[in-house]
Amino acid sequence: MINAYDILETIRMIQDECLDIRTITMGISLLDCIDTDIDRACEKVYEKITRCAEKLVSVGEGIEKEYGIPIINKRLSVTPIAIVSAACNASPVKFALTMEKAAKAVGVNLIGGYSALVQKGFSAGDERLINSIPEALASTSCVCSSVNIGSTKTGINLDACRIMGRIVREAAEKTVDDQCFGAAKLVVFCNAVDDNPFMAGAFHGVGEPDCIINVGVSGPGVVRSALTKYPDANITEIADIIKKTAYKITRVGQLVGVTASKRLGVPFGIVDLSLAPTPAVGDSVAHILEEVGLERCGACGTTAALAMLNDAVKKGGVMACSRIGGLSGAFIPVSEDAGMIAAAECGALSIEKLEAMTAVCSVGLDMIVIPGDTTADVIAAMIADEAAIGMVNNKTTAVRVIPAIGMKEGDVLDWGGLFGKGPVMKVNTNSPSKFIARGGQIPAPLHSLKN
Amino acid sequence: MRAIITVIGKDTVGILAKVAGVCAEYNANVTEVTQSVLQDMFAMIMLVDISRLNADFTVLADRFTKMGEENCLKIHAMHEDIFNCMHHI
Repeated sequence: MINAYDILETIRMIQDECLDIRTITMGISLLDCIDTDIDRACEKVYEKITRCAEKLVSVGEGIEKEYGIPIINKRLSVTPIAIVSAACNASPVKFALTMEKAAKAVGVNLIGGYSALVQKGFSAGDERLINSIPEALASTSCVCSSVNIGSTKTGINLDACRIMGRIVREAAEKTVDDQCFGAAKLVVFCNAVDDNPFMAGAFHGVGEPDCIINVGVSGPGVVRSALTKYPDANITEIADIIKKTAYKITRVGQLVGVTASKRLGVPFGIVDLSLAPTPAVGDSVAHILEEVGLERCGACGTTAALAMLNDAVKKGGVMACSRIGGLSGAFIPVSEDAGMIAAAECGALSIEKLEAMTAVCSVGLDMIVIPGDTTADVIAAMIADEAAIGMVNNKTTAVRVIPAIGMKEGDVLDWGGLFGKGPVMKVNTNSPSKFIARGGQIPAPLHSLKN
Repeated sequence: MRAIITVIGKDTVGILAKVAGVCAEYNANVTEVTQSVLQDMFAMIMLVDISRLNADFTVLADRFTKMGEENCLKIHAMHEDIFNCMHHI
């Protein structure tokens, strides 16, 4: 029989330490839905999504009960709509409405893929899609959007940064009555990945199979709780404890992914080795860093502690699953993490510190509320800064900032649920306008020349 | 196929009997039980064979959750794979 201690440990992780599977995300290719007639294309998109994902939610719920592990989200990602809509000479908003309708029909929480990949320039449908993002996000509730504006191989498309600065603002302006929620569903990436199961940045890359299942795990509470048992361990031992815990967390992700893929008759893609926080008590990445020994997340030492955490999570998870992908690492979304919210509110955590942290962890400036009067150029320059960190370090970085229209530093945007709430944070307002207005392409770094 | 049923809560007369009764009702064969009472706290781990269940396992899991709530106990019925995967390489 399985060791009683192990059994009780698993149950404690789930019951008391918020261990869960954050998401099962089904990736669906829409390349076979392309049509010059937009209405015909949308019909095909609706038919394909509802056919492929018909059983996703019921299978997910069955697995939850059978294994006793909560699966918080069931989501969909689709081929970037800029590609699917390129042949139609019309506004792609109809695709967003179709995605929304299909997502509601199959009962998933979110659907990602209202996306464009413009790291080296704009092709036919790209600009049309990007310009339609604010309207698409305002007229839907569960559609998520992302735009990739740079990569290590291509450099950074500064024209795209400029445009996205404006689009992020417009997305917030158009949803001002809904806590500027539009901007919370929009991510600007550098080095975006094709198999990301996490929102808002999930899309189904063109090199992926027709349909696939990807899984994202969670578990910051479990890691923190494991560390509390070793108050005097040195940092090498701490890294080792995190590795062992990450292994256990990730094994569950692998089990759930394999089971879901078998039951749905869809190939299993990857497990995203992640520590994804939620605003719930005891589910915070910031609290892990504080457990390691920082008075507050954002103090000097935060970047080093986060680098260790991020690395240990990967090392522990890598042996626990057959294939790894997505963003894989610790997430640091401010509004979705109780510890980050508290640190931002008391002034311990600044955007500049968060930017440094993004160089050593999974993604980037995530779910940060900025003053409503922040100009499009400042947002564009934030995007360029983050993209530069990603480009030079061969990693994914992203910007998901929410301009709180009509609000100032100290005010709070509150969405509730997994999106949480965020205080408006101070932004450096010195103008980067001339730099942004130059446009063009920041060339790829020397180390991109690997052939 | 096997599942593990764990029961934790304040000790009262007949907990084991009630849980075993539900197992019998659903044709789940109890193969191993470890049980202890420490300072009034009842803790039991039961291994059951679920390959000949007369209903879906999720129905049985739901039944135990409900039974736990009604009796102020925490009862979890979980497929053994989750424990195996987490604690064995």
